[in-house]
Amino acid sequence: MNGYEWIFYGGIMALMAVGIWAILSRRNLIKAIMGLVIIETAVNLLLVAVGYVNDRSAPIVNGDTGLGDSPVGEVVDPLPQALVLTAIVIGLATTALALVAAVGYFRSTGTLELKSFTYGRTDETEVKE
Amino acid sequence: MMERSTIQRSLPALAISILIAGTLFLAFVEIGFGENKVDSEDAVANRYIANGTTETGSSNLVTSVVVNYRGFDTLGEVTVLFLAATGVGAMINLLPEDGKKRSKGPKPSLIMTQGGMLAIPVIALFGTYVFLHGHLSPGGGFQGGVIIATAFLLYLIAKPDAKTSHRTLSLSESLAGLSFIGIGLIGLAVSGIFLDNVIEGFGVLGELVSGGLLPLIYIAIGIKVGSEMSGLVEKMRGDAS
Repeated sequence: MNGYEWIFYGGIMALMAVGIWAILSRRNLIKAIMGLVIIETAVNLLLVAVGYVNDRSAPIVNGDTGLGDSPVGEVVDPLPQALVLTAIVIGLATTALALVAAVGYFRSTGTLELKSFTYGRTDETEVKE
Repeated sequence: MMERSTIQRSLPALAISILIAGTLFLAFVEIGFGENKVDSEDAVANRYIANGTTETGSSNLVTSVVVNYRGFDTLGEVTVLFLAATGVGAMINLLPEDGKKRSKGPKPSLIMTQGGMLAIPVIALFGTYVFLHGHLSPGGGFQGGVIIATAFLLYLIAKPDAKTSHRTLSLSESLAGLSFIGIGLIGLAVSGIFLDNVIEGFGVLGELVSGGLLPLIYIAIGIKVGSEMSGLVEKMRGDAS
C-alpha cells in the first residue's frame, strides 16, 4: 500500500460506477450503450494498472529504449497490455453490433426510449388486438 | 411528474452502482499498485520478458505475446471481429424500412473536401507505417488497420456521394484472413505447430526485417482489420449511394 491504490483503483471504480449508473438509470438506448462503453474503458484501465510496476519502462527493447535482449527486471508486465489490446477490439465490435440493434429498435418503434417495450410496430399490434 | 420518476429511478441506480464499484474497489485495493508481480519465477510474464525477444525475434514484447505466444487467441479475435462485421451487415439488411426519406444533411464545405483529400493519403500512409512496424514500436495490425479505416471514414465524410466497391473491400478482407491462416499452416507443415514462427531468427533484432513471420502476420491483420472496419463504416452509411 503506497497511497496510489486509492488514486488509480478509486478513479477506475468511479468510472465503473458512472457506467453502471448510466445503464441502470438511463432509458435512452444510446446512453445505455455509452454506459457499457464506459465500463469497458474502466476494465481496460484496471488491467493495465494491475500490470504496472514502479519505475519500469514499456516492454519494448532495442532502439532508443536502451534495454537489452532479455530485460528482466526492467519492463512492466506485457501480458495485461496484450489482453487489453484484444479487449479493446472485441469491445469495438460489440459496440457496433449494439448500435445497429439500437437502429433496429428505433426503426420498429420510432423512439430510442425503452419506456414502453413492445415487439414490432406498436400501431400494428394495437390493430390486431 | 416526469422529474419525479427520473429521480426515483436514479437514486436506486446510484446506490447499486456505488455498491458494486465499492465492493470491487475493496477487492482490488489489496493488489499493490506498482508492486513487483512480474519477477517471480512462476510468473508467466517473467518467461515472456526473459525469452520473448530471442524466441520470437520481436523487439516489442507485447507483439510477441499477441502474435506469437497467443497467436491462436488473435486468430479467434479476428474471427470475432469478422462475425461482428457480418452481423452488422446482416442486421442492417434485415431491419424494417421506416419508409421515411432520410435527409441528406448539409453538403461538406470546400475546406472539408479539399482538406480531407489532402489528409487521407497521409493518414493511410501512417496506418501502413503503424502496422509495418508493429514488431518494433508501439502499435500493430489492429491499430494500423483502424487508422486506415479512419482515412476511409474521412473520405466518406468529405465525399458523401462517393461510390465504394463493397466487393473489393470484402475481397481484400478475405484474402488477408486467408493469408493469416496460411501463415499458420506454414508452421503446421514445417514444425508441426500451428502458427509456429518457423524463421524467428531471420533478420537483425530491432530492424524492419526481423521477427520472422510476425511482421507478415501483422500485415495480414492490418489489411484485414482495415478493410473490415472500412466495410463496417460503409455498411453503417446505409443506402446513401
